[in-house]
Amino acid sequence: MSNLHNRLQSAISSADSIILGKNRQIRLALACVLARGHLLIEDLPGVGKTTLAHTLAQLLGLQFSRVQFTSDLLPADIIGTSIYDRERAGFRFVPGPVFAQLVLADEINRATPKTQSALLEAMEERQVTADGETRRLPEPFFVIATQNPSHQIGTFALPESQLDRFLMRIELGYPDRDAERALLSGGNPRERLASIAPALDASDIAPLQVAAAAIHAAPPLIDYVQALVAATRHDPAYAHGLSPRAALALLAAARAWAFIDGRNAVLPEDVQAVFASVAAHRLRKVQGGGHAGPDDIAALIQRIALP
Amino acid sequence: MFRRRPAEPLERATVPWLLASAVATTAPHVEHQPHWLMAIAGAMLLLGCWLWFSRRGLPPRWLLSLIVVGGSTAIWFEYRTLFGRDAGVALLILFMALKPLEMRSRRDAMVVVMLGLFLLLTHYFYSQSIPTGLWLIASCTLLTATLIRIFGGAQAPAVIVRHAAILLLQATPFMLILFLLFPRINGPLWGLPQDAHSSRSGLPETIEPGTVSNLVLDGSIAFRARFDETPPATPLLYWRGPVMDEFDGRAWRAIRAGNLPLHTPRVEARGTPLAYEITLESHQQRWLLALDAPLTLPSGAVLTARLQAFSREPVRQRSRFAFTATTDYRFGRDDPPAMIDAMRQLPRQGNPQARALAEGWRQKHASPTAIVAEALQYFRRENFVYTLQPPLLGNAPIDQFLFETRSGFCEHYASAFVFLMRAAGIPARVVAGYQGGEVNPVDGFVVVRQSDAHAWAEVWSAESGWQRVDPTAAIAPSRVEAGIATALPAGEPLPALARIDLDWLRQFRYRWEAINNRWNQWVLGYNPDRQRELLRDLGLGEIDWRGMTALLATLSGVLLLAITIWALWRRPPQDAALRLWLAFCARLARSGLPRHSWEGPQDYAARVARERPALADAVRAAADAYVAARYAAPQPRALEQLAATLKLATRQLH
Repeated sequence: MSNLHNRLQSAISSADSIILGKNRQIRLALACVLARGHLLIEDLPGVGKTTLAHTLAQLLGLQFSRVQFTSDLLPADIIGTSIYDRERAGFRFVPGPVFAQLVLADEINRATPKTQSALLEAMEERQVTADGETRRLPEPFFVIATQNPSHQIGTFALPESQLDRFLMRIELGYPDRDAERALLSGGNPRERLASIAPALDASDIAPLQVAAAAIHAAPPLIDYVQALVAATRHDPAYAHGLSPRAALALLAAARAWAFIDGRNAVLPEDVQAVFASVAAHRLRKVQGGGHAGPDDIAALIQRIALP
Repeated sequence: MFRRRPAEPLERATVPWLLASAVATTAPHVEHQPHWLMAIAGAMLLLGCWLWFSRRGLPPRWLLSLIVVGGSTAIWFEYRTLFGRDAGVALLILFMALKPLEMRSRRDAMVVVMLGLFLLLTHYFYSQSIPTGLWLIASCTLLTATLIRIFGGAQAPAVIVRHAAILLLQATPFMLILFLLFPRINGPLWGLPQDAHSSRSGLPETIEPGTVSNLVLDGSIAFRARFDETPPATPLLYWRGPVMDEFDGRAWRAIRAGNLPLHTPRVEARGTPLAYEITLESHQQRWLLALDAPLTLPSGAVLTARLQAFSREPVRQRSRFAFTATTDYRFGRDDPPAMIDAMRQLPRQGNPQARALAEGWRQKHASPTAIVAEALQYFRRENFVYTLQPPLLGNAPIDQFLFETRSGFCEHYASAFVFLMRAAGIPARVVAGYQGGEVNPVDGFVVVRQSDAHAWAEVWSAESGWQRVDPTAAIAPSRVEAGIATALPAGEPLPALARIDLDWLRQFRYRWEAINNRWNQWVLGYNPDRQRELLRDLGLGEIDWRGMTALLATLSGVLLLAITIWALWRRPPQDAALRLWLAFCARLARSGLPRHSWEGPQDYAARVARERPALADAVRAAADAYVAARYAAPQPRALEQLAATLKLATRQLH
């Protein structure tokens, strides 16, 4: 296990060398994979969303496919279609890009809700049904969706219920001064990516996920998760509090975070570290209609004393 | 750390609670506030419900301001003031009804709750009955539940109400301590509740045809009496009220006290004294109702020349008076001649036939006793009828009654009898009061109602003094023996509850009146005397208000302490690792590095290490040990290890 853990750490440091100054987001994205969840990255174009997805695929040794969502994309463009095969005199299913271990759904909010939900259902079920036949998606199966801030023109914001299917939502943000300077003086990150050997391969992911799920969560820690979730439910600033599914997601993410940190027990710090990513996109504010911002989340955390 | 939000928005689901509170706290005022106001209040609350239900926005502020100004003006026109009890309550109701239309933030909700608590109090201005008390307890529970809903988040309504009820139950001991020990003053503390003061006129000050029979349909209670021993038999229960000794040709009234000689009649008791206490409903008069004949009076009461008991002040609220009496007595043999003379006076003219009748008796009989017997015989013989609905009498009422209509109620008989006696030269007077009463089997009190009002006569002779003669008993003996309901012919109107055929209803009424009586005696009638009595019975002796306040504070303090200890004791035991860790954090806080309540051990250690590198190792070791003991999978000896590590680390802090 420690060998596997070492390789995980080396994957992180490789990613750090490609995506500069984004260590926290890289670890969050990895935690998301280890907690068997899907990731939503929300930010402006050009801050490195796609690069992060590429990097993860490369370092984890996952088979990668990318779908650029557009307003005329159809469900079949993602899932695949049956075409007539003249040689065999019958229809043959041509799998779509969703049949990959890591799917990057770029700018998911540009597609129509119909297409969005085709992908989101695949994420939830880990299988797709086309032409009356159900086909399992590969293992591991991990979706990174990116989204432009939804107030941009020509977008269909993901509805609440769909957002809940993403374990985490992270933002990348602009790089800091030093990181940007390094970026500008170095080469193209995509080219450097090609030169890096994968630290892990697809068969490593499952044992990693099992190990992360086995991290110990003591009763006081569960108390803390419950207190946080209850606080969101009682806070009149939010339309709805966190669901039980969100509470499970929070604990799973905290376990993965603790695992990446090399600990065998979850600490309140782990919960706090992942709380913003897990909770913010699930908490819609009553006033203004937006989601909870970093300040709101920090205030929420600071209101709850550790049990 | 805590950011203050400008206005916390109000949860939509709390609005029904607030509306219900507004309705519960204003509704009972329907009885005594103008109908237009209650209609407006009802309309506003309905509008509030509808806006909530249909998820519409609240009306604009200018409109609400307009309604406030308009409503206040209307209240001013109604009462000609905006102050005082009724106008003040009217304003509160108006505000309470309007507030739900501007409930935007949590602050507005708090205003509704506070206003509701204030409105609760105002109901006591009007009524202090048991139903009012129950309603207010329910409303208070609702208001508490509303607070719980606002601050405690969504839960099943039943759970919230239960929680509120438990809170109020926990407050009950304090309520009892305050009720029993708060220094009392005589009379109500604020304003005057209307039902305590309702002006039940009760007995009239003059007696003429119709004055007593008007009372008979009133089933309300005049007073209650509690005898130390068994009450005397009903025919002996003559409760003496105003005595009337001047006749103007139509009505009997009392001679002004100044025109009578100063004198207190001597009562010669021949029977054993009976001790009893009456609880008199307020009747706004000074006279008391005493059983004939009184031997001792309550403190502060005086006996007049006519053996009537008076209190020093008008009876403005339900009050208790303790008497002793005897039903076998003689009194007034030593009444001064001037007074006896006054009791023979009649107007110079009028009612000639009656005078002639009496003159005939005087010539026929030598002794007054024989004349009295003759008169009673006359009533019995001549087919007189006892009825509540006698024909109207004209200018010579006594003559008309005696020789034409021959039907009347007790005041007709008493009046005619006394007229005849005086015409025959025998001193006589009319006495008004109550006769009989009903023993409530539930609590043993004798309940005397307005319908027991009665008028009888007294005649005087030198050897026996004043003696009671009840001419009504001659015509309708059952009136005196069994009460009004049996004495009247069938078909006459009666207070519904005086009829005896509805047995279950009677049983229910007995019970209800007994409960009410207990409430009156012990809750509403808990005055300084009762308080002193109670404290004496508790063995606290005479205690003044200072002592009482001290006792109050001590008892509340002890109770509070007991509850606190109990609550602390009931708290789940804090786990040992946490206790050690918190002690260590407190130690660090004293060195100027307090841990935030939300800060995890590793974060805290990292921060301390940054700010005090010298402590870095000690604090990191402490945090690791704590994590191992509290958050890691259970390991043997983790707690001991934590204790040892923290001890070591604490030593390093110095």
